[in-house]
Amino acid sequence: MIIAIVLVLIVVGSVAFHMLSPWWWTPIASNWGYIDTTLVITFWITGIVFVMVILFLAYCVFAFRHREGHKAIFDPENKRLEVILTVLTTIGVAALLVPGLFVWKQFVTVPDDAIEVEVFAQQWSWSYRLPGEDGRLGTSAAELIDGDNPLGINPYDRFGKDDIIVDGGDLYLELGQPVKMVLRSIDVLHNYYVPEFRAKMDMVPGMVTYYWFTPTRIGDFEVLCAEYCGTAHGYMRGDVYVVSPEDYQVWLQEQETFADYAAAAKAAQDTQFAQSSQP
Amino acid sequence: MADLPHDTDPQLPPAEVEDVIPPHAHGWWSHYVFSQDAKYIAIQYAGTAMAIGLVALVLSWMMRLQLGFPGIFDFITPDAYYQFVTMHGMIMVVYLLTALFLGGFGNYLIPLMVGARDMVFPFVNMLSFWIYLLAVVVLVISFFVPGGPTGAGWTLYPPQAILSGTPGGQSAGILLMLLSLILFIIGFTMGGLNYVVTVLQARTRGMTMMRLPLTVWGIFTATVMALLAFPALLVACIMMMFDRLLGTSFFMPSLVELGEHLSYGGGSPIAFQHLFWFFGHPEVYIVALPAFGIVSDLLAVHARKNVFGYRMMVWAIVGIGALSFIVWAHHMYVSGMHPYFGFFFATTTLIIAVPTAIKVYNWVLTLWKADIHLTLPMLFALGFIVTFVNGGLTGLFLGNVVVDVPLSDTMFVVAHFHMVMGVAPIMVILGAIYHWYPLATGRMLDQTMGHIHFWITFIGAYAIFFPMHYVGLVGVPRRYYEIGEPAFMTAPVEGLNAFITVAALTVGAAQIVFLFNLYWSRNHGRVAGSNPWRATTLEWLTPVVPPEHGNWGKELPLVYRWAYDYSLPGAPEDFIVQTDPGPKAPAAAPL
Repeated sequence: MIIAIVLVLIVVGSVAFHMLSPWWWTPIASNWGYIDTTLVITFWITGIVFVMVILFLAYCVFAFRHREGHKAIFDPENKRLEVILTVLTTIGVAALLVPGLFVWKQFVTVPDDAIEVEVFAQQWSWSYRLPGEDGRLGTSAAELIDGDNPLGINPYDRFGKDDIIVDGGDLYLELGQPVKMVLRSIDVLHNYYVPEFRAKMDMVPGMVTYYWFTPTRIGDFEVLCAEYCGTAHGYMRGDVYVVSPEDYQVWLQEQETFADYAAAAKAAQDTQFAQSSQP
Repeated sequence: MADLPHDTDPQLPPAEVEDVIPPHAHGWWSHYVFSQDAKYIAIQYAGTAMAIGLVALVLSWMMRLQLGFPGIFDFITPDAYYQFVTMHGMIMVVYLLTALFLGGFGNYLIPLMVGARDMVFPFVNMLSFWIYLLAVVVLVISFFVPGGPTGAGWTLYPPQAILSGTPGGQSAGILLMLLSLILFIIGFTMGGLNYVVTVLQARTRGMTMMRLPLTVWGIFTATVMALLAFPALLVACIMMMFDRLLGTSFFMPSLVELGEHLSYGGGSPIAFQHLFWFFGHPEVYIVALPAFGIVSDLLAVHARKNVFGYRMMVWAIVGIGALSFIVWAHHMYVSGMHPYFGFFFATTTLIIAVPTAIKVYNWVLTLWKADIHLTLPMLFALGFIVTFVNGGLTGLFLGNVVVDVPLSDTMFVVAHFHMVMGVAPIMVILGAIYHWYPLATGRMLDQTMGHIHFWITFIGAYAIFFPMHYVGLVGVPRRYYEIGEPAFMTAPVEGLNAFITVAALTVGAAQIVFLFNLYWSRNHGRVAGSNPWRATTLEWLTPVVPPEHGNWGKELPLVYRWAYDYSLPGAPEDFIVQTDPGPKAPAAAPL
């Protein structure tokens, strides 16, 4: 008896918590409104099923509880009812899956006008690389990493010379410009996750992964690592700023290219050589 | 009509093999320690699983203390926190749930329910337990070695699992973890082959497959799945051990760790994930299917009504078992595998929702026009339905690939899998213990303690995991030592986290009441007598209760009917046991 009331209270409480509590997802700042829509559809369909099943359960517990002289019916199977329920469930599931797959198709298809931005992860910091004027990132490999080449860019690849390196700094993105986030890690798994962008993808050493999105709101957003990466996983955070095209250009001009890095390294080497060769 | 499961044809096939009474144990050691009696092995399995489960419970308290009250408990360092998380997860999934359902309930119930005298290979069965115990001991030892146990997360993803940035990665922790898993799998395989062969070969006369109680169907199917799934984990463990000890690179590409080049090269971290989840997803159903089976029987017995749609239930169990082998990569939508896999795995994953939903409907429809006795097993079964429906439905978020993207790796996932494969199966385990304790001990568990236990556990567990979904929705990633108050949050989660922690501490404490009840009722519980729940199945029909070695005295039982002849119209009682040759079901019975 009490259990029937508690079951009803669980339904009422869950729905009330969902509707009234302040905990909800953060306002979106990318083009993935479709993902939010799919999520809301899923909430509605599953919510209705939850309410119906548990209320039906509560009714059964109340109406068919044991009393003196009460007897259950004998009812082994009901093919018609089972078929109807199966078909209805299949329709409900298809209603969730089909829009989901359409949006997934968009999610994995990068538009032609997207610019590439490489995110470079290591325990426990983020770095970035942007293509220079040629619009292409040079090749790279973990084996090439050293003090003068923090991202392991191939020095013999002409596309890599003008690549812009943001070593351990923050990333700026241009409002309204689609970006393909090209994701690399050199030690363990990481995941580049910005809650407002809705997208995320693991970064796997030995391979390059990606996702794409278009920033739609100016602001400062927090980056969190979303794939467990060791002791300091919870502190592997950073900032990404979405700015106007003008501000973006200003920021871009301040960054150093791989060629600058190589020149600085060469100069340092020369100085060292000059110093060590003095009597 | 002829093929209805409640068909009660009194014809029995002749015996194919002669009845063999297993040799009796003579000495104290062979009786109480190295026992070959499946019932005794079951108790050993269950006792060990619950003991190590208690460790996991304490670990979850520690973890929740950190999340609910960050910065207050100095001894919970980030290293310790990740070790608690890892060991809690691994113990609960493998060493508690798998061992308790298959080693515990499987051993106790299979021979009794199919009308066998014991498992077909009693000696191997005994070995199975001792190797399991060894696996648990190795696991416990890892808490006491320098560097402590592994803190790699229960998924043990390389490269971090064997590198220095993870607790236990470069010390003995990860090696002991892998060794313990390897031992567990060896031990399980011995037991698992036993359960399968016993169900297939040792059923008594008249016990056709379609007359088996759903408990046996659930455990049987789960065991077959485990025998197919665990080898993937076994090879993954061995390969990772080689990577760590011998310098092979199965899962290790070229790496630069904290500025230093390591000598690995060419391996694939994602290959490990495929192997792990090829085991890991069936594992979810290895835990769920025995729960499905057992809860069906609890509902039938305590609602005095046949399980609705028995044959559909059997096929749903088998269908879920088969489908669960082609959905594994839904754990890997954002792993970096080829994105087109998402289409395939989202489709298979949502298809599996259909047989799962059928099971839920049939449980609920079993209660329709039933005669519901609100006993403790029934209350826990109702608790199971609520938590399973809730957790199953959130699975539709995570299974639908694009909806998974924002939610993956957040606390939403943690809430989902705790609800669906933590709380729900544990509800069944607890209900099943209240149900079969009188069989194993001859006494009932104390009702008052039982009710305190049920209400705190059920409402408390819901209060822990329902709000936790919203912590994830806000955007808090899982496996975070502390989240702080990032600007993206629509509302701070501090208060909510503290609330969840208090609920978790309370639910944990209620389990101590339960353990005390298990101990106390052994001598002080109400004497149960034989068949206190007036059930139809064979385990309650042994000549002596609790059943003795060999189960059946001189004669094996003969089975004339299915397991669910409750409230048959015209019958003098509201149940007819499986060994009763008449009366037939009336022709006017519904359907």
